[in-house]
Amino acid sequence: MMTASMSHLDALEAESIYIMREVAAECERPVMLYSIGKDSSVMMHLAFKAFYPEKPPFPFLHIDTGWKFHEMIEFRDRMAKEKGIEIIVYTNEEGARQGINPFDHGAAYTDIMKTQALRQALAKHSFTAAFGGARRDEEKSRAKERVFSFRNTAQAWEPKNQRPEMWRLYNAKLHAGESIRVFPLSNWTEKDIWQYILRENIPIVPLYFAKVRPVVYRDGNIIMVDDDRMRLNPGERVEQKSVRFRTLGCYPLTGGIESEADTLEKIVAETLAAVESERTSRVIDHEAAGSMERRKREGYF
Amino acid sequence: MSGLLKFVACGSVDDGKSTLIGHMLYDAKLIYADQERSLKLDSKVGSAGGKIDYSLLLDGLMAEREQGITIDVAYRYFSTEKRSFIVADAPGHEEYTRNMAVGASFANLAVILVDVTQGILPQTRRHVKICSLMGIRHFVFAVNKMDLVDYAYEAYERVEKAVKKLAIDMDIAEFTAIPVSATEGDNITAGSNRMPWYQGAALLPYLETVDIDPAPETDGFVLPVQRVSRPDATFRGFQGEIAAGAIAVGQEVTILPGGEKALVSGILSTDREVAQAKAGEAVTLRLSREVDVSRGSVLAAEAAPEVTTMLAADILWMDEERLSAGRQFWCKIGAKTVPATVLRLKYRLEVQTGEKIAAAYLNKNGIGRVELALAERCVIMPFDKLKALGAFILIDRVSYHTAACGMIRHSLRRSDNLTWQQTDITREVRAADLGQQPKTLWFTGLSGAGKSTLANALEKALRSRGKHTMLLDGDNIRLGLNRNLGFTEEDRVENIRRIAEVAKLMNDAGLIVLTAFISPFRADRQNAREIIGGKDFIEIYVKTDLATCEARDVKGLYQKARQGVIPNFTGISSPYEAPDNPDITLDTVGKSPEEAVAELLTALDKLEAAQRG
Repeated sequence: MMTASMSHLDALEAESIYIMREVAAECERPVMLYSIGKDSSVMMHLAFKAFYPEKPPFPFLHIDTGWKFHEMIEFRDRMAKEKGIEIIVYTNEEGARQGINPFDHGAAYTDIMKTQALRQALAKHSFTAAFGGARRDEEKSRAKERVFSFRNTAQAWEPKNQRPEMWRLYNAKLHAGESIRVFPLSNWTEKDIWQYILRENIPIVPLYFAKVRPVVYRDGNIIMVDDDRMRLNPGERVEQKSVRFRTLGCYPLTGGIESEADTLEKIVAETLAAVESERTSRVIDHEAAGSMERRKREGYF
Repeated sequence: MSGLLKFVACGSVDDGKSTLIGHMLYDAKLIYADQERSLKLDSKVGSAGGKIDYSLLLDGLMAEREQGITIDVAYRYFSTEKRSFIVADAPGHEEYTRNMAVGASFANLAVILVDVTQGILPQTRRHVKICSLMGIRHFVFAVNKMDLVDYAYEAYERVEKAVKKLAIDMDIAEFTAIPVSATEGDNITAGSNRMPWYQGAALLPYLETVDIDPAPETDGFVLPVQRVSRPDATFRGFQGEIAAGAIAVGQEVTILPGGEKALVSGILSTDREVAQAKAGEAVTLRLSREVDVSRGSVLAAEAAPEVTTMLAADILWMDEERLSAGRQFWCKIGAKTVPATVLRLKYRLEVQTGEKIAAAYLNKNGIGRVELALAERCVIMPFDKLKALGAFILIDRVSYHTAACGMIRHSLRRSDNLTWQQTDITREVRAADLGQQPKTLWFTGLSGAGKSTLANALEKALRSRGKHTMLLDGDNIRLGLNRNLGFTEEDRVENIRRIAEVAKLMNDAGLIVLTAFISPFRADRQNAREIIGGKDFIEIYVKTDLATCEARDVKGLYQKARQGVIPNFTGISSPYEAPDNPDITLDTVGKSPEEAVAELLTALDKLEAAQRG
């Protein structure tokens, strides 16, 4: 519902809260995926608003690949303490033991340390509904996904057979073994996210702000040297550059952009003027067309 | 004027919806540079001549790209200096009508593509009808492919006339037509000098300035309660989004369906304490006194939601399996989900002609008027007055698919004064008098499986244990109570419903009921389970294979069925759906009736022990 006197952000906020309350009321074991990024930060902030004065009536879950930026992990632990919430941290230990890493294993790394890890974590805790911070403006297959997105007993998405989703009448009924991914930020855009962070003064990982950092230039991406596990290719050298990140993930797979924007106001201004979509900074999306849909069918968020 | 316009782009397949939207985004410089690069790259691979294929911006699923069609609705977000837009790009194929309806349910304006060389197609009419049914009041007809008719006014005029007639037929008040070429970009973001005869606005400028007045919804305050929040003993708040009107601390609200009244003692708008709140806000209300409020309750002031168990509604049927009267569903209205029965299909709407045709069924993608009975009193409003309490979905009770969406037209007063009479002598009292736990033992299995024989023998055994019982047998019921029912799909559903209701009344009287009916369909048995109540319903699957039953052929029915004399005979020409998870399974092959009864008694004792915990 949108009325003339409500701002665009107010309407988006109300819609997300409505979705979260529906899940809390109808789903047996919900969990909120927490990736530590800006969208997750907005989603967590909304969850606190949705259930106030209660705390969100579900735990949070972080899939840790072992390759996240160090500042992300520090931020995660700080948020858990400050907010007084439970953040379940799950790592695919089997994959970690085998030494699966982003340098040697490419697509298999994403599959094993992210997709498989997520499936294992959801199964381990028997979660029936998992909130994710994905937005429809991020990618073409996301643009087609429902707010309540069903996963069959193999945790796979069936894009050709989605349940019709009319008005805001979400059908959350499940058979044993099925689950739902719920995307309360479906209708937000990247600009909305930044404007809302600014308006609500939501804490975010400092990596989003421009700062001089050690980086290498690789295949058109700017990769930050976050620790000594970073491997340099012949001819590459570490440079000190003022960069910031539009999205956050595993540091060897996340490209930064050269920027001087070190305040939220400057970031919003830059975002409004951006000519490249934020997906360009995710190395894993640069594979063939349809790579996101393929991963989602396999159980990726 | 609202800053945000949500619109749906629809029309028949190949009329160029995705291309139109894609071209609009491209020309208005509303796509990012990397998207433009990948579009140019994909176009080179995919389309002929290396021309940019703008539809690739939207058709994001692999199957869509392979087949070159749109399967599901895609949402795109863009802003110009004047306005923000969300566009739902809807599929044109009839097979994917339900996905198109998803897009329509979300929009307040529809852009209908019409191919100027084809004119109004059956699917165009269908889409306009669905958009209008689902509450869209503003329509833009984009008469596309003008490049193929050399931008001739005559070709456009022909289609424009047909559009006007369509608008009158479908009772659409607000519409406009614009001649465009989606591939060439004429009249998309700016006027075209190839059609000097057209004086109106191009599509994007039109969308930027069109005034979408909010629907004439109700003025009074309405809050459907999504959730009750009680973090501790001192706080009890009712959470939801205000669907209409405004509320202030100190104001009186009525709690529906009960009708109790209380004062608002506090309002949280998200996490802020406020003195008042209005439509669209996510709130938590506190009340001055303890009242009965739960999810699905509605708080109202100066508004007139109705409380009813029966209503008339238009529905769009979306399930593969056709709808016939008598079927039961879950019905979700606002935050309330209740069992519901489609009592009657009043008519099917023939979309092409506008005729209302008496019909026994509604097939997939069919539109019709139904009467719906709800198992509990629900708070509703006509769809035109308030979507939040006037829209509903029907959920299949077995598959859990969303089988239909509906728009409430009005409540039916018939059953208003019928409420379940609370009697002083309760079911528990009657059961205690007889010293037993009433239940219904529901035998199911093929004809000749031994249901009647076993039920009969079990009843004797129970009586010898001092139990009070009643046996309902297939043919006996058919000869009396259900004499007026035949063997059509509707009658089959009604047959089982009546048997279940009778069994329930007898359970209420304290009796243990045994029923012996083939009851071949899972959905019917599920209905019976819900009528009788899960804990009183014991499903006994008499598992005798078809060959054995046919060899027995006590009544000579299998022989007749094989000869084609009896149509729709279970096991021969109609399926038997074995229970997935029966309470008791009994294999009769090689067992005497005495052995089988002994096995049943043991199983029943075990179940009773388990229920007692």
